[in-house]
Amino acid sequence: MTDEPLLRVSALSKFYGSRVGCENVTFDLWPGEVLAVVGESGSGKTTLLNCLSTRLLPSSGTASYRMRDGQWRELYRMSEAERRFLMRTDWGFVHQNPADGLRMTVSAGANVGERLMAVGDRHYGRIRATAVDWLSRVEIDEDRIDDEPRAFSGGMRQRLQIARNLVTGPRLVFMDEPTGGLDVSVQARLLDLLRGLVTDLGLAAIVVTHDLAVARLLSQRMMVMKDGRVVESGLTDRVLDDPRAPYTQLLVSSILQV
Amino acid sequence: MATPLVVSDVAKSFTMHLRDGVTLPVVAGVSFSIRAGECAVLGGPSGAGKSSILKMLYGNYAVDEGQIIVQHGDGLIDLASASPRTVLSVRRHTIGYVSQFLRTVPRVSALDVVAEPLVERGGDRETARAKARSLLAQLNLPEKLWALPPATFSGGEQQRVNIARGFITEHPILLLDEPTASLDARNRDVVVELIAAKKAAGVALLGIFHDLDVRDAVADRVIDVTAFAAGKIAA
Repeated sequence: MTDEPLLRVSALSKFYGSRVGCENVTFDLWPGEVLAVVGESGSGKTTLLNCLSTRLLPSSGTASYRMRDGQWRELYRMSEAERRFLMRTDWGFVHQNPADGLRMTVSAGANVGERLMAVGDRHYGRIRATAVDWLSRVEIDEDRIDDEPRAFSGGMRQRLQIARNLVTGPRLVFMDEPTGGLDVSVQARLLDLLRGLVTDLGLAAIVVTHDLAVARLLSQRMMVMKDGRVVESGLTDRVLDDPRAPYTQLLVSSILQV
Repeated sequence: MATPLVVSDVAKSFTMHLRDGVTLPVVAGVSFSIRAGECAVLGGPSGAGKSSILKMLYGNYAVDEGQIIVQHGDGLIDLASASPRTVLSVRRHTIGYVSQFLRTVPRVSALDVVAEPLVERGGDRETARAKARSLLAQLNLPEKLWALPPATFSGGEQQRVNIARGFITEHPILLLDEPTASLDARNRDVVVELIAAKKAAGVALLGIFHDLDVRDAVADRVIDVTAFAAGKIAA
């Protein structure tokens, strides 16, 4: 851990006409830290994630990112090309639906290799070797490397999407409901995999989820959102074990005990 | 002698917003300190707030009032008002915690569950595993279980994994929430030995023990939590 954050977000708001997407969100994210953003549908968590990853531009507020050379850059003042370069190299974005993050009609190996080529690697043998290595890290057999993700199960697609995102060694990964829509057993495997990768690679991540168990397992810090605003934030286990805001208490008390 | 933990005038209540904002006072005016090399025990009946005090000292419960001063690295910090990031750093380096129950993670072996806190502190994985093996052996956990995830273990087996995980690091402060609750006599004695070794190493320990034999064997001092009953102060 260094003493400087990786991302600084200040008073970020996004309005859709007169409707609030998210309002006045402020936080810092440090290298190696996983922040969970929780809340029900429509609470603004995905809007926030899309603003942070510059897929959407906010109505007001700032977000600064510390580049690999140590320079701070204001995200919303970068050119479109610079943002796209950041997105392809230093960042990852794991979508809830793998089809949104994968190219479904090219092979698994090409899905992983494409990101490497985007950062300038041109050596076919090396790209393929790295792809094989990453497929095995996400527990996909090597003999599936030439198959298209269309032929994969939901859980495998999600693991492939994770490999595609992590192959360039990003420092910050955005995840939108990464385990949503998967069977519980598949979810557990994926969570365990994500948890291991995040720890081993020292990734910083912002994970949007409505599942408090996912937040507990993956994140150290948590923000609870309602109606576009952050109603409570803090250490994940503190927020879940001693929720203070009325809405957080409602969320925590609504978890089904198995 | 050094005093790595000083608690002064700490108060805690729960406000139940789903129950019309009813406030449940838990404790108030909690003040005590723990010296290096001593084991203090929180005493009092169930519901007196013993666990809540431990959880506040670990940053797991928020603190309404008061200060928790901890010797962290070269400085002192107030855990009651510290940022989440500082609390995480305190947990990594200064305060260890053995909870009553093990929170298991799917697919991680007992050995790695135990080794993890050392690896997190930047230790070498193989060294950490070697230390984990020796602790699990000391706690008489059958070797055939080490490679398995502890989710399916019995209560006593999980408890021993939990204890090994808590004792593997060299945190200068160690909090123990009923570590011997589900152990047989032989393993209770092992825990008593482990605690004695921590004391000899200059660790400040604070624990909850319902088992009177264990308590008598480890406690240098009992802190009576009923003295901090929230109602008393308010009345």
